[in-house]
Amino acid sequence: MGAEVSDIPWGLVLILLPLMGGMACFLWPRVTTMLGLVTVFGVALSVAGLGWQILENGVYRHAVGGWGAPLGIDLYADGLSLLMLTATALVGLGVSVYSAAYFRREDATRFWPLWLFLLAGLNALFLSADIFNLYVTLELMGLAAVALAALTGGKDALGGAMRYLLAALLGSLAYLLGVALLYHGFGTVDITLLGQRVESGPVLWAALGLMGAGLLLKTAVFPLHFWLPPAHASAPAPVSALLSALVVKASFYILLRLWLSIFGPLVGEEGVDTLLGLLGATAVLWGSVQALRQTRLKLLIAYSTVAQIGYLFLAFPLAAAAGVTAWHAVIYLAFSHALAKAAMFLVAGNLLRFGGHDRIADLDRVVQRLPLTTGAFALAGVSIMGLPPSGGFIGKWLLLEMALAQGRWDLVVVMILGGLLAAGYIFKVLGRAFTQAEVTHKSRAVPACMEWAALLLAIGAVLLGFLAVPVLSVVGIGDPFGVSGVRP
Amino acid sequence: MNGNTWLPLLVIASSLLPGLIIFGLAENRVRLRIALNLVGAIVKLVLVGWMLWGTSQGLHYEMRLVLLPGLELVLRAGPLSLLFVSLSAVLWLVTTVYAIGYLEGSPYRSRFFGFFSLCVTATVGVALAGNLITFLVFYELLTLATYPLVVHRGTEAARRAGQTYLIYTVLGGALLLLGTVWLYTLTGTLEFTPQGFLSEVGEEHHFALIIIFVLLIAGFGVKAALVPLHGWLPQAMVAPAPVSALLHAVAVVKAGAFGIVRVVYDVFGMEFASGLGVTGPLAWLAAITIIYGSMRALFQDDLKRRLAYSTVSQVSYIILGVAIAGPIAAIGGVVHLVHQGLMKITLFFCAGNLAETLGIHKVSEMNGVGRRMPWTMAAFTVGAFGMIGAPPVAGFISKWYLGLGALEAGQGWVIIVLAGSSLLNAAYFLPILHRAWFREPPDAWPEEHDFGRKETALMLLLPPVVTALMALAAGLLASAPFSPLEWAKLIAVREFYQP
Repeated sequence: MGAEVSDIPWGLVLILLPLMGGMACFLWPRVTTMLGLVTVFGVALSVAGLGWQILENGVYRHAVGGWGAPLGIDLYADGLSLLMLTATALVGLGVSVYSAAYFRREDATRFWPLWLFLLAGLNALFLSADIFNLYVTLELMGLAAVALAALTGGKDALGGAMRYLLAALLGSLAYLLGVALLYHGFGTVDITLLGQRVESGPVLWAALGLMGAGLLLKTAVFPLHFWLPPAHASAPAPVSALLSALVVKASFYILLRLWLSIFGPLVGEEGVDTLLGLLGATAVLWGSVQALRQTRLKLLIAYSTVAQIGYLFLAFPLAAAAGVTAWHAVIYLAFSHALAKAAMFLVAGNLLRFGGHDRIADLDRVVQRLPLTTGAFALAGVSIMGLPPSGGFIGKWLLLEMALAQGRWDLVVVMILGGLLAAGYIFKVLGRAFTQAEVTHKSRAVPACMEWAALLLAIGAVLLGFLAVPVLSVVGIGDPFGVSGVRP
Repeated sequence: MNGNTWLPLLVIASSLLPGLIIFGLAENRVRLRIALNLVGAIVKLVLVGWMLWGTSQGLHYEMRLVLLPGLELVLRAGPLSLLFVSLSAVLWLVTTVYAIGYLEGSPYRSRFFGFFSLCVTATVGVALAGNLITFLVFYELLTLATYPLVVHRGTEAARRAGQTYLIYTVLGGALLLLGTVWLYTLTGTLEFTPQGFLSEVGEEHHFALIIIFVLLIAGFGVKAALVPLHGWLPQAMVAPAPVSALLHAVAVVKAGAFGIVRVVYDVFGMEFASGLGVTGPLAWLAAITIIYGSMRALFQDDLKRRLAYSTVSQVSYIILGVAIAGPIAAIGGVVHLVHQGLMKITLFFCAGNLAETLGIHKVSEMNGVGRRMPWTMAAFTVGAFGMIGAPPVAGFISKWYLGLGALEAGQGWVIIVLAGSSLLNAAYFLPILHRAWFREPPDAWPEEHDFGRKETALMLLLPPVVTALMALAAGLLASAPFSPLEWAKLIAVREFYQP
């Protein structure tokens, strides 16, 4: 039995299964929810299978059709890929269970195929080892995401999705130009080979500029975040959860990979890392302040995403001296933010369903009558604020420790302020849980699985606070941070 | 893994699990909820007793959980931990009984008792924490668990008090985090060690260490209500009486004071801290807080607010005792950790009884109340005399050792502070006692509830009587084995004399 499990090309399954599931949803729209759920569970199991394989044999490599790089397509998964796949599977499971109850028939037939295509895109992205495949998966993911954002078809949703579409296309286009430049300049698209061949020069800088700008736009880093709040806030709750938790992380993942293998070692010390850190710091402060100012819950959560993405970029200026630890912090923050933010958007969906609106000032009664949902928001909030014990705390602790050790007081101040502002906007919502306002709306019941999906994701974000040692040792498989992590 | 590893964890779980179950209980499952509460409290008490006995037999209780390489969650039963954890366990049981009686029939009890249990869990965690990061984890949990208790009543005033509380404590928490991480980058360890773990740190970092000291003290000082960080405490009085009692006697305020004791003794070390020159200013700050709190208490007509300002003043006795930097004063400070808890919880229980039974909230309404509620007011009297420092109540022991210690350390000015504070204490407590016992009662009480022949419900009456007796016993039997004073002596010996 063990031998059979380890022979299956789980990486391939991870891409093909959701693709076929998505097509099956088109073919049999009557059972779409069931098909979708089965597929997502299958994907989760496949991730477990892949994880088992990686733990047993180390890095996973699969040459599709037996061709292999540089001619064919290689699937590649190290610890970092595995972690991202795991985050995707966990968030995917939570959101899927939630969606099964959230969408009514008509919306469901549109949601499930798109979500499964998005899942296929995400999985393929995390399994790709060359920059052209990354482009293809980025495009697949982006288009599915835009379609999902436009799902409800309302005026807000279409406006938000339109902006999102333009940003996504512009981002991929810039990225593709960068790919073309690198291929022309160095004759390969394989990340490892590129890492060996690239040398500093105008081509490299131009490619960095284009790819960097494209990916920053897709990751919604300040000041390129303009498209995110409307798109994430106007989409249906499960879609917002997917977009905020996973889709922005995917483009960040590409940026991180490129930085680690291609750009970082060459241009890291020429101020690019400082620039990224600066953007991140501004994002933390700007996003948090904007979140604090919002009167609508979903917008608040969306701006919180802008802020939390900023934290990921604070690691770049610290990485030169701190090496692997900086990336550990980033990975941990990304993982826990994925769980916590998905939980928060699902909570917003519950509140919206229950009370019919998401105006924070009128949430009093709603919050009180959904204790599980409120609990989910509080626990997710603990991780977002970076309070112990939670995954967010581990990430912020590592960042703070590095910043202090390197005497980067500017970053220290940003992180502390960011945490305080986060506490401000989390408690702006939670403070409503205990007041005694009159009931003003007719409420609608929220199915139990919608409440539990949010709560379990939030609990996951908190539990991550205790799992740092095993998780980080898994991430280290295949030495994904080796190239720029250890400098002579 | 053996029993010695699991015991500290079980002490934590004995309130965490009932709390989590209670959250899920329907509002009308009254008996099950009461049973869970009491069983949890009693089990915790038994476990703590077992731990005390084991420690006296030379056993070592410790649990470790790795958070990050080099960063561990540690629960350990040292002498200082045991002192605080015993206090928490005993007072939790008493307060649970009181809270069950107090909240009978009011809404949202499952929520209340759930957070109540979480609050105690956090306090016990703070007590057992074996390093600064563990302390921080539970300290933040304490903030989160007490917030819902402060705003429990759900009125606009409660919401605002909660907001103030959060602003203060979250800011404090941020300072604390900063100080902790900074310390960690300098030392690479955060393990509480008698006489501190900083003596290895080089000269060039001493300035940084002073700033870290300030950050940590400010972080803990918020909860310990050190002036000028005390603003949230009087506002938080909108909370129900059992919450105020718990907040003032064991949980929040005490956790802050306990944190300062930890920082001075087990992080910096007494000798190192006085070498840095940071204990002098801390002593002055404590002295100012003592006098300021008493002065403000003098002018409060609201009984709970008067008691709140009294807490501001009394808790700083602990900090003063630590900051005087002498062994005898240290005994006085550490033992006051327990004594103040016993006395203050009695006073708050009594205030709650007056409010629940007769609708009395103000000092000016207390004329002749001693005749209507003799047992309650007898307990109150014991507590008040203790606060003033009259023998034989426990407060006298604390003040005696503080004064003696100050003289021994050559800091005579402390005597003036102590004497002044005792005078002020007398000035705001004696008039209350005079009103209660010697003035004529009014024709009708503001809002009287009928309890038949008894003066009030038994579950409200027993707790203050029991804690008052304990406060008396702690004073009378101060030199008996296992008394708070003996423990405090043990701790002082460990800090000052052992190599």
